[in-house]
Amino acid sequence: MSNPTTTRPRPLSPNIQIYRPQLTSVLSILNRITGILLSACAVVLVVWLVAAARGPQTYAPVQAAISSWIGRIALFGATFAFFLHLCGGIRHLAWDTVHGFELRSIYISGWAVVAASVVLTVVAWIASASMGG
Amino acid sequence: MDPQNMQNMRSPLARAIGLGSAKEGVGCWWAQRVSAVALVPLTLWFAASIIANSGSDYATFISWLRTPLTAVLMILLLIALFYHSALGLQVVIEDYVHSATKFAAVIAVRLGCSALVTVGVVAVLRITLSG
Repeated sequence: MSNPTTTRPRPLSPNIQIYRPQLTSVLSILNRITGILLSACAVVLVVWLVAAARGPQTYAPVQAAISSWIGRIALFGATFAFFLHLCGGIRHLAWDTVHGFELRSIYISGWAVVAASVVLTVVAWIASASMGG
Repeated sequence: MDPQNMQNMRSPLARAIGLGSAKEGVGCWWAQRVSAVALVPLTLWFAASIIANSGSDYATFISWLRTPLTAVLMILLLIALFYHSALGLQVVIEDYVHSATKFAAVIAVRLGCSALVTVGVVAVLRITLSG
């Protein structure tokens, strides 16, 4: 019999689809996905600043795009992505101090990240609406 | 090969040189953490400011952006944000891109982030310094 390991290619990352989704793995990959999304948002931030610097004529269409329904839905998603990445990042920083590695602590902090992200997103949008946004 | 080297699977040459890993990965790892710590207050300030300016027109928004404190914090935010993004995107590319495009993608991310942070900082300075 020939060597079977050479006939089948070795699995390469990301091979997450072979695992049953769990809170731990879902939050882990969401931290990466939100990080990529927020990098795209950083590009929008620069576009917005450049438009503001060029004057009201350039700023108006950019502001109109952000204020449109599609813009608002995207901004809502970006807000949630931001808070998820922020809370997930703080969880990672806590782990870096070698704390909270017990399975129970990991699930408590995981659900805390989800709950805090939802609450902060809702609070941010209520606050924004109350400021006339 | 003596039994000790057999056990830890390192060649005598590797043991003599004393390397083994690249010895520089911790630099990127640490920079990612430091920029993350900087981004916690900066992004929260930014989010709070955007919420506070929700109903502002162009003139009000520019007058806020023009204050020295806002300009300084916005420039610090841009630097920390694009530094953190470049490091994070590089890790994602290195993990998931297995072809020859990996090298090109990492270079593109680094150059793109450098260009964007420069454009962003110049925009903030234009607003702050314009009469």
